[in-house]
Amino acid sequence: MILMPKFVESVGGAGILLVKSVAYFPYVVFRGDSRRDLFRQLYATGIRTLPVVTVVSLFMGMILALQVGLELARFNQEIYLGAAVMLTLLREMAAFCCGICLAACVGSAIAAELGTMKVNDEIDALIIMGIPPVRFLAAPRILALVLMAPVLAFYCAIMGAIGGGIVGATQLNVDFQQYMSSALWMSQQKDLFVGLAKASVFGLLIGGISASEGFGTSLGATGVGKSTQRAVIVSFLAILISGYIVTRLFY
Amino acid sequence: MNVIEFENVTKGFGGVNVLDGLSFSVEKGEIFVILGPSGTGKSVTLKHIVGLLEPDSGEVRTTAEHIGYLFQSGALLAWMTVAENVALPLRETTRLTEREIEAKVEDALNAVGLLDAADKYPSEISGGMQKRAGLARAIVCEADVILYDEPTSGLDPVTSAHITKLIGDVNASRSMTSVVVTHDLASALTIASRIMLVKNGRCVLCAKPDEFLASTDPDVAEFVAATKGAMR
Repeated sequence: MILMPKFVESVGGAGILLVKSVAYFPYVVFRGDSRRDLFRQLYATGIRTLPVVTVVSLFMGMILALQVGLELARFNQEIYLGAAVMLTLLREMAAFCCGICLAACVGSAIAAELGTMKVNDEIDALIIMGIPPVRFLAAPRILALVLMAPVLAFYCAIMGAIGGGIVGATQLNVDFQQYMSSALWMSQQKDLFVGLAKASVFGLLIGGISASEGFGTSLGATGVGKSTQRAVIVSFLAILISGYIVTRLFY
Repeated sequence: MNVIEFENVTKGFGGVNVLDGLSFSVEKGEIFVILGPSGTGKSVTLKHIVGLLEPDSGEVRTTAEHIGYLFQSGALLAWMTVAENVALPLRETTRLTEREIEAKVEDALNAVGLLDAADKYPSEISGGMQKRAGLARAIVCEADVILYDEPTSGLDPVTSAHITKLIGDVNASRSMTSVVVTHDLASALTIASRIMLVKNGRCVLCAKPDEFLASTDPDVAEFVAATKGAMR
């Protein structure tokens, strides 16, 4: 309960920053220099997260397949293994895992980078030069997260499905082709699009929270550490809460 | 004509008044040096001039249109080269063509003697060069006032003297007004039009360098004696 006021404060600060950042999205997309920065951020977001996402999603699919497969085997229903794994991934776990990886790998880096810039007077220097830090620093990073999160979530779903298929084929005697056709048969477009939209929402929240924590940094190196920690914790909580809300809205 | 005016400015942090009724004015074209021991509100004074801080009471007035600010650390962006850092305010806030920007950047880097380091990153150059790059960024937008926050702190005596000379040269050649915050008395005496000693957020004395040295005010005498003692 002690964390609640700080959580509300962080989310409030992030909310204000998000509104300002979203207003700058067209500027970021249509202005040459900013667009170049956006591509740099897209690359950094994807590359920073890809190795972790690959391992996490692969093993998540394997764990899911093992747990669900063992239960299905009790009722001789292993043919539905692919459908069960794929639906869980598309609807929830791909976006969730992608969000957690983004918060840990990218959100923390954004908070640390902006926090270090704040304590080194670089943010003040931008303000004095007449360059809004939200436009110059936050908006490209947040937009990169919003755009890259669904791509990574889709990749996460594919890797998870492959992981599940490997476990099915090697330990549950489910033919890989049968597993995949079951997975594709049960999945609907709605499952895919809601999952991807959810990942975008996670990206937006992670970006806003991390940038807000970075800009709010004070007290030197210790402050940078605290901001980074708070960015990750608040992002995790925001992912869980918003994940439930989005699911409830569509299902 | 006054470019900057402080009238009875008070500013507190956590119940402690860092500025406590500070009043002074800076005239156009002069190099105004604010001297004082650490923690007496010198940097806070500069941040009031550019609007990064608002006074709790009193008034800060400025007629300057463009104010440049040289931070203690240089405050250069780590992922940009020196030339890109200097070009940043022009790229982000003006509609100049790339050729015009390049010409202005070259001129500013030439003024601070950093043309050779244009393509280096801040981490690849020394502290003194970072401050010079920061100065180039401050003058590239043709600022009419430049604020210097401890421009010689952390530098060796030779580099320190070089930076001090540079401040004087830039001020004279570009018809600017400069406000320099420092605790380096030797540097202050070399370039200052007027020197103000600040203690406990108040102006102790504001005078020309020779009058400053001749002052019998106990706080001024103590500061001068301490500096001379350190030099011996």
